[in-house]
Amino acid sequence: MSVRVGEAAEAPDFRQAAHALLANKQVRANVRRATETIRNKRANVVGEMPDWEQLRDAGRAIKRRVMRNLDSHLEQFEAACTRAGGQVHWARDADEGNRIVTQIIQSHGQKEIIKVKTMTSDETQLNPHLEANGIIPWETDLADLIIQLGHDKPSHIVVPALHKNKTEIRTLFMEKMGLKELGTKPEDLTAAARAYLRERFLRVKVGYSGANFAVAETGSVCVVESEGNGRMCVTLPEIMITMVGIEKIVPSFDDLEVFLQLLPRSATGERMNPYNSIWTGVTPGDGPKEFHVILLDNGRTKVLADEESRETLHCIRCAACLNVCPVYRQTGGHAYGSIYSGPIGAILTPQLQSMEHSQSLPYASSLCGACYDVCPVKINIPEILIHLRTRIVENGDRGAAERIGMRMAAYTMSDAGRFSGAQKLVKIGAKPLESLGLPGWSASRDLPAIPKESFRDWWKKRQVEKNKA
Amino acid sequence: MLISLFVACYNDTLFPDTGKAVVTVLERLGHTVEFREAQTCCGQMHYNTGYRPEAIAVMKHFVETFRDAQIICVPSSSCVSMMREHYPKMAKDAGLETEIEELLPRVYEFSELLVDKFGITDVGASYPHTVTMHTSCHSIRSLHIGDKPERLLKAVQGLNLVKLPAADQCCGFGGTFAIKNAEVSSAMLDEKIKAITSTGASICTAGDNSCLMHIGGGLSRQDTGVTCIHLAEILAAREVSVQ
Amino acid sequence: MSAKTDILKNIRQALGDDRGAELPVNRDYRASLGLDREAMVHLFIDRLVDYNATVYRTDAAGIAGTVADALRSRGKSGLVVPPGIDPSWLPQGYRFTADHDLDYDTLDAAEGALTASTAAIAFTGSIILTHSLAEGRRAISLIPDYHLCVVFESEIRGTVPEAIRSLASRRTCPITTIAGPSATADIEMMRVKGVHGPRTLDVIIVG
Repeated sequence: MSVRVGEAAEAPDFRQAAHALLANKQVRANVRRATETIRNKRANVVGEMPDWEQLRDAGRAIKRRVMRNLDSHLEQFEAACTRAGGQVHWARDADEGNRIVTQIIQSHGQKEIIKVKTMTSDETQLNPHLEANGIIPWETDLADLIIQLGHDKPSHIVVPALHKNKTEIRTLFMEKMGLKELGTKPEDLTAAARAYLRERFLRVKVGYSGANFAVAETGSVCVVESEGNGRMCVTLPEIMITMVGIEKIVPSFDDLEVFLQLLPRSATGERMNPYNSIWTGVTPGDGPKEFHVILLDNGRTKVLADEESRETLHCIRCAACLNVCPVYRQTGGHAYGSIYSGPIGAILTPQLQSMEHSQSLPYASSLCGACYDVCPVKINIPEILIHLRTRIVENGDRGAAERIGMRMAAYTMSDAGRFSGAQKLVKIGAKPLESLGLPGWSASRDLPAIPKESFRDWWKKRQVEKNKA
Repeated sequence: MLISLFVACYNDTLFPDTGKAVVTVLERLGHTVEFREAQTCCGQMHYNTGYRPEAIAVMKHFVETFRDAQIICVPSSSCVSMMREHYPKMAKDAGLETEIEELLPRVYEFSELLVDKFGITDVGASYPHTVTMHTSCHSIRSLHIGDKPERLLKAVQGLNLVKLPAADQCCGFGGTFAIKNAEVSSAMLDEKIKAITSTGASICTAGDNSCLMHIGGGLSRQDTGVTCIHLAEILAAREVSVQ
Repeated sequence: MSAKTDILKNIRQALGDDRGAELPVNRDYRASLGLDREAMVHLFIDRLVDYNATVYRTDAAGIAGTVADALRSRGKSGLVVPPGIDPSWLPQGYRFTADHDLDYDTLDAAEGALTASTAAIAFTGSIILTHSLAEGRRAISLIPDYHLCVVFESEIRGTVPEAIRSLASRRTCPITTIAGPSATADIEMMRVKGVHGPRTLDVIIVG
């Protein structure tokens, strides 16, 4: 079995990637503007909800319920979807999922598909797989189209092209769409995308999507979107394929009443996103005649097995944690080397890969807690980051020097005599801390001089003087 | 009241004036302060870096030292946050659940002690400077300390408190993060420094010397003329305006 | 072993046999806005206007006249309609084409579509279609660039939970929720209204 999360296994570590990105002023300015815009919009529409905390608690409770009996919920989904005329497939990993998709497309003799934005297909790297098999995947979400045409990588979970500005997009569209003239406004660029995709929507016979939610009770699938490309892809083709992570199950149809409030407000700062499509199997006379669902594991059952970080699977991919993260704000998503960036990426990517790769990610956080505060399903991301750091240390994957240093420090810190002795060592000559060697610190920050007298020495002297008096 | 001071290891070693200031303020309010010399550290650095067994050893030492203390005052919200957020879970591994459960309600961050426990905002300080307040992540998002420090500062004679823009944004310290990801940490710090200098304050204060060491290091490197000082030191001050 | 067997086995290993009772979900979030009908209609209209939809109000007898008003103001000569549309909604002097499996190119060339709806949500300004015979299959309210939608006041719910619960008998129908015309903010976070879905949405609210 080979779990793959995009190209994360080959990505440079966070610090190296961040080094390059910090030098890119344009990208940093784009990221800052975009994240500030969404976080302000989110704050406004969350602020008008008197029951936001109750909704978060309900969202969390539903997800906990799902995870506790994930096996039976999946079987229930399969049965309901099948009853409604859908065909359910199971895929252990990315390759298996991709193979199933290809087989379905090829069995109908088709060479093209139209795709709704889905992170899961980026995770399995479906597009390169399809292309290698002679199938063209047309991305239809505007941002995904920008990424695809530019052979770029997504830098955000919800707005994957936020690192590009409109001038760059205009140049890209003119070149790739073969346009001699194109206006400069976002409206002009959007109109160009509409014209470019329209013909494909009406013609291509296979549609492909992920799912925001899959309802166990009814076998329904829900896709949340804004542009209408989702409705096009799930409605117009004759054959519809949906690949969904096994954690996206919700137990009952009515559970949507919670998530359809939490998700749009958290993701795009809207009261409701323009379109939601919910469908159940096949409906004669309306939409695709054939519907396939692929339930994808790709490392998720491994995440489920770790009780302390299981709630990583609660994520509904709203990306609110990215928009408030002060680290993401500086580097943008590409520093994370994964399609899942920001705080949630820092916990999800390494876990999906059984902690074999992306080990720098759990350290890519100051643990400021802003992510936990905005998470609509209350995933305690800082706590999980620390837990993953512990797993890395337990596996002996940190350097020996750090381990020995930490053990010595703990030994020192569990005894006042030893601690006080260490203090004395530190302040010999009362040099600045720099002399102790704190690599990286001093490039931008002066260190305080070490005081001549520690607090405990002062206190001792004071007590002696008091006793004399 | 007898108050036991847990000064925090880094304050003890690097910022003794903060500990002295806490003693000054509490004694001024008529309390008796004790300092248990067996004390060392809360274990946060170890815990947050992934060294859980090591952190548990340090926690055990804390519990042994303060088991019978009635009120424990800590001039560091990040240490208090460490105790409240993580000790209960670590205690399970160490078989110390009961001790931790009984001990935690007696632990107060410095401004909590003054405002919540004593119900005081005016501690008789005088500090004629323009001051801005950095609210550390642990103080706002873990302790939910709200406006307690601001209320204390507003009661200080002569002090001109100016609001820090984007106050809820992390300064970029984050313990070992500041070293492991020094460049990102510095980029975060740059934004914080811009915010601080935009206020026109000459002093930046906080309830955490860890943030202040980082922020102060940057303010000094960039030669901004702004200095950092712990909240307790302002509340201990009785400076008279020179006019 | 099949993938299904493997995945279920891994899940069972991860969770163990002793799972305990099903976890409770506290649904103490808001289900009702506590508004009367008129206040609810007003809120719904506010939200629609916020999305740039044009809103008409009329009574059952006035639907055909209002459809004519909307078409006149949009400069249209006819629309596609679902096979089960109420004929009394259709004014004289315009061309209405019933959708009996019209092909996509015909729909693409159409001036717009007129449909009924199943429910609406005042608080979010959403219209919900469950694609009954009066609402038509999904394609007809999707491909044409103009959607004129009839919403009865009695369909309007306050909140998302009220609306979702009102769908109890239609859960397994195709469901589309619409909150204003399609939109994107993918380019520099600037909101552009009208992408692939109908770029213009008009709503007739019937009292």
